[in-house]
Amino acid sequence: MTPPAPSSASAIVAEGLVKDFNGFRAVDHIDLTVPAGSIFGILGPNGAGKTTTLRMLLGIIDPDEGRCTLLGHDRPLSVAKQVGYLPEERGLYPSMTAGEAIAFMGALRGLPLAEGRRRARDLMEGHGLGYALKRQVRQLSKGMAQTVQLLGTIVHEPRLIILDEPFSGLDALNQQRLEEMIRAQAANGVTIIFSTHVIAHAERLCEDIAIIAGGKVPFAGPVEEARNRLRPRVRLETRAADGPWRAALPPGTVPQGRHWRFDLPEQGVEPLLKALIEGEAGIMSLSIERPGLHDAFVAIAGASAAADLARTSGSQNAAEARP
Amino acid sequence: MNEIVRAALVIARRDFTALVRSKAFIFFLLTPIVMLVVAVAAGGIGARMAKPPATPVVAVLMPSDDSARLIAARQRLDEAVDGLPALEAVRTATSAESLLRGSNPPVAVLSGTLDAPRLSSDGEGARHWPDRVRLILDQARHDADYRRVALDVRTIALPATPAADAEVDRSTTAQMGQMALFLTTMLLAGMVLSNLVEEKTNKIIEILAASIPMESIFLGKLFAMLAMALIAIAAWAAFGAAIGLAAGSALPSLPPPAVGWPVFILLGILYFSTAYLLFGSLYLGIGAMAATVREVQTLAMPVNMGQLGVFLFASYAVTHIGDGVEMAACIIPFSSPFAALARAAQAPDIWPHLVLLLWQGLCTWAIIRIGTTLFRRNVLKSGGGRRRRKATRAGAGGQGQVDRSGPS
Repeated sequence: MTPPAPSSASAIVAEGLVKDFNGFRAVDHIDLTVPAGSIFGILGPNGAGKTTTLRMLLGIIDPDEGRCTLLGHDRPLSVAKQVGYLPEERGLYPSMTAGEAIAFMGALRGLPLAEGRRRARDLMEGHGLGYALKRQVRQLSKGMAQTVQLLGTIVHEPRLIILDEPFSGLDALNQQRLEEMIRAQAANGVTIIFSTHVIAHAERLCEDIAIIAGGKVPFAGPVEEARNRLRPRVRLETRAADGPWRAALPPGTVPQGRHWRFDLPEQGVEPLLKALIEGEAGIMSLSIERPGLHDAFVAIAGASAAADLARTSGSQNAAEARP
Repeated sequence: MNEIVRAALVIARRDFTALVRSKAFIFFLLTPIVMLVVAVAAGGIGARMAKPPATPVVAVLMPSDDSARLIAARQRLDEAVDGLPALEAVRTATSAESLLRGSNPPVAVLSGTLDAPRLSSDGEGARHWPDRVRLILDQARHDADYRRVALDVRTIALPATPAADAEVDRSTTAQMGQMALFLTTMLLAGMVLSNLVEEKTNKIIEILAASIPMESIFLGKLFAMLAMALIAIAAWAAFGAAIGLAAGSALPSLPPPAVGWPVFILLGILYFSTAYLLFGSLYLGIGAMAATVREVQTLAMPVNMGQLGVFLFASYAVTHIGDGVEMAACIIPFSSPFAALARAAQAPDIWPHLVLLLWQGLCTWAIIRIGTTLFRRNVLKSGGGRRRRKATRAGAGGQGQVDRSGPS
């Protein structure tokens, strides 16, 4: 597909990224443009190439082909001080205190240590963890450690934050806190890009998404555009189970007793309603449903990718009830 | 470059603090004391085990005057002749046979008089002791016949000898310096092998690699370990100096090095630093490839053997100052600090050391670059793409705002 034209308002531009590992093509000519100031989600099942793509964007690994720019620079390390990164595999020095760990991560990104310590204290207290400031990382719970790492990711006040599977391993409460934190950062003009295999997070947070499946990007753009690719679905319930009015139902209608499901006809529901009334179908209920991001994902990435996604996110679905 | 050094100092500070604050560091500082205690204990055991067996005794069953002469003659001969039996005069009246059959029998019994001696022993003794006993008898008879001449021994004070002898002796200083450098480097640099394991097992490497140049990570870790090593050496040197003061003149003194002791010690510290950085960068690069602590342990043996080989080469060069061998030892990066320190002990020129220190620094940087490239390629699974990416960039015609300046 043709990527959106890169502009100075793009925080990330990637063109034709390719990465092979021992003959296996993990990323296959990926194009991405992330608008500055947006919350951008990368959706895909495990093994789709999300992490590899993010690592290439950050300069941790070099692409075999293609080019990318981060905040307008093609050497990601040259803008590292303006970028925050939370990797999928979390890591902190166990012997460091929580406050020192946050200050250290800030120092890596150019923040003076004294300022980092001050901000670490403020951030920890702001997130209700002030009591754990002097605790060693090894003494923290998993959720607290993840929060500490997340605070370390934003302590230097970056312009761009990249989060790889940030919701992984968090309970519902911490997921809600993380969503709030992401929204707060975005409200300050920070660009946020995160990968996830849980569609609900992307649907709630993102303005734009990229769907990755099998190392390719079959869709990248606004969430609305993805959903608009599918026709709205109509749910109809009739009193009569059969009659001449059935000829008015559009092709592809799925019958379930006296319930009928079909795509919204292009000319709208009015002609259909007229035919149903005249045919005495007895309309019990009729609703028009906009397709969700999950439906769009199935339509765009294919049923197998959707099945992979459902499988990998299965363990998290219980926790992802809307907070 | 400034960014690389800045980031390296962030890493170094973290690592240094973690190292020095750990309880293990105290035990590490105590290492030489433990070694000293073990060495003293082992020396005591060795000395005990090496105690010579009891000297064979020949019983002397003669008149007391003859016995005394024989014993005096034996003492005089003992300074010049090895393997003489001890003589023990028997005062009680008994026979040679009863002495030989007793509970603690001598190897032989010498009876009769000086003029008519008789040696009694078993078959083995009768073959082994007659020559030695005859020597003692001859000496005793000789002492009885001639008056001993006093030997006039004079000591003449001569002017101090020219530097020729000192130059020869300086090779001892060179060898001792090399040995100290080798032992400290081998003891301390090997620790760098496992230095990246923590980052890899804790997945911190991903954050570091995304934040700062890989060279900074390697350099920072080396700086931290070097600082820790210098603290350890300072502590051990203080301990050694205390022992030296306590031992006083009992310790052997070394000939002064050609550059003088202060410069030699300064160069020793500098060459330890470069040797540490050279071997450390190599070890860090090798260790970074290892996936587990077990792999690191497996790598340690060949690495130490390699270091020993380099040291032996540099040791050989000590006696070939100015020759091709010594030049080669100075140029080959890993033997260079050892050969250069030996040169400092034997040649007074300073400028070669400035050149060699610069050379060793450059080699360290080159090894770090190679190590980081291999790390990115083999551990982070990157690489192979930069050349192609550049080609792609060229093909793209420089679209967008491109920063080619690298980290600043």
